[in-house]
Amino acid sequence: MKQRSYLAIEDVTVEFPTKQGPFCALQSIDLSVERGEFVALIGHSGCGKSTLLNVVAGLVKPSRGVLFLDGDVISGPGPDRAVVFQDHSLLPWLTVEENVRLAVDKTAGDKSKAERRDWVLHNLELVQMAHAARKRPGELSGGMKQRVGIARAIAMKPRILLMDEPFGALDALTRAALQDVVMELQASLNNTVLMITHDVDEAVLLADRVVMMTNGPAARIGEDHAVAMARPRDRLKALDMAEYAAARHAVVHFLHERYRNPTVGRAA
Amino acid sequence: MSSLSTLKVVPLRRDDPQAAAVVATPAPVEAVVAPVMPQAAPVAGLAQLWLDRGRSVAASVLPTMLMIITLLFVWQLSCSAPDASFPSPMKVWEESHEVIVHPFKGVSLDLTGLHIDDQGDVGIAAHILTSLSRVMIGYGMAAVAGIALGVLIGQSPFAYRALDPLFQVLRTVPPLAWLPISLAIFQNAGPSALFLIFITAIWPIILNTASGIQQIPLAYRNVARVLGLNPVEYFLRIMLPATVPPMFTGLRIGIGMSWLAIVAAEMVQGGTGVGFFIWDSYNSSLLTDTIVALLWIGMVGFTLDRIVAAIGRIVARSN
Repeated sequence: MKQRSYLAIEDVTVEFPTKQGPFCALQSIDLSVERGEFVALIGHSGCGKSTLLNVVAGLVKPSRGVLFLDGDVISGPGPDRAVVFQDHSLLPWLTVEENVRLAVDKTAGDKSKAERRDWVLHNLELVQMAHAARKRPGELSGGMKQRVGIARAIAMKPRILLMDEPFGALDALTRAALQDVVMELQASLNNTVLMITHDVDEAVLLADRVVMMTNGPAARIGEDHAVAMARPRDRLKALDMAEYAAARHAVVHFLHERYRNPTVGRAA
Repeated sequence: MSSLSTLKVVPLRRDDPQAAAVVATPAPVEAVVAPVMPQAAPVAGLAQLWLDRGRSVAASVLPTMLMIITLLFVWQLSCSAPDASFPSPMKVWEESHEVIVHPFKGVSLDLTGLHIDDQGDVGIAAHILTSLSRVMIGYGMAAVAGIALGVLIGQSPFAYRALDPLFQVLRTVPPLAWLPISLAIFQNAGPSALFLIFITAIWPIILNTASGIQQIPLAYRNVARVLGLNPVEYFLRIMLPATVPPMFTGLRIGIGMSWLAIVAAEMVQGGTGVGFFIWDSYNSSLLTDTIVALLWIGMVGFTLDRIVAAIGRIVARSN
């Protein structure tokens, strides 16, 4: 029997019905992610990377192909695949604590009330948000909301953590702070992570592998670059590392030479 | 997120004195913290707070008062001729003196509750209270049925396509047009009056609830799916809280419309209620009594609207 990877995406094609006939977003995607691996998916806007993440999350059904997570077929959404959404998706009528609590109640129903409460606070502490437990999302900055979004996801103890351009809406400084949070969490929890980004530095700094996608429609995986930098990583030291430069070079060349931004290409 | 925050803006009033008071609080807090002036500072801060509060109340009330005085003045001037067909404010005061100064005639309050004398001649407040009790029953039923139907057509595209055209047609029917049908169905004045209020108030409640549910952001539904919420949890934890603002918009329009329908309803009912009072004063050519009743209806309608809006704010805050 073939030994499958922890997350195995096998020949996944996604087509959406449109008035002009089916639109092929993803074409025959094969991707393997090992347990504890941090994989960044990068590509131009509209290349279908969010679709791929949604397929793994179970929010979108593939037209063809099959996905396995730790040997189980993925057939729909579930709390074992926690998602950090780009727009954080916190429920505005719940406090920070209640938002995380909702996720914990669903995933740790066998624990006592006190244990669940402590677990919520523990996870808020991990993202340095315990001080705002009683606040509502509307009272928080974008970066703080996304910290809570991350806390909610990791509090579910997912088998894989899916991050959909988690810092896309944040300014550069806030983004750097959040990237550091993610690196710290990764060092202590060693989650399996699939993250979507269109920030080359973010991909290279955070990921063990950068998977580059070709432009849509019918997007495929173009290149798969392993980032051989030791952990823990430091954003300042990384700047002087040959591996960092090499990975950056590979990704930038892929995105801006081999697969240029389709809209820019059309305008030229 | 953005759509919800825009919806939330609707019931909030930024210019009310409460909001102004919140803005004014930092001053005394800082004064208390400052160690230099241990006694005088809080007192001065408090005085300043009350002054600010008084000023903001005056700023919001003053224009209204000026408008009322001007209106009464113009009305008095234009209707003061002896042969004027419309009574002036002074004439209203003189001719309907009894109605104005004894509104609670026939109403008694004791430990068992509020009692209204059912032997005919009662004050206008008694008629208003009778009308209010009818509105509460009719509107209460409309609220329950309207939210239930709104949830049904909001979350089921099939039910929406089936029922929405029907609702869109029926909602344009004016209250009075329901009167013959209502009488034919119930054969009895009491229930048909309630039905009239019910059928008038229900449409905005249904349609606003339904559109609120349809506009729940995809993000919230995705959260629910990822968390694996079951339908009951989804309904209680996501759908209801996300729909509170538009639902209360519907409930607010609904209470206004049910109060509008009361005159029509009580022309059927007869005998009691503010609608009957107007009908009766018209038949007795007591135009000044009608004017007094109109003012009462307006003020009660305004109060009802504010009460529902306030409940909406409390519910939106607490869930």
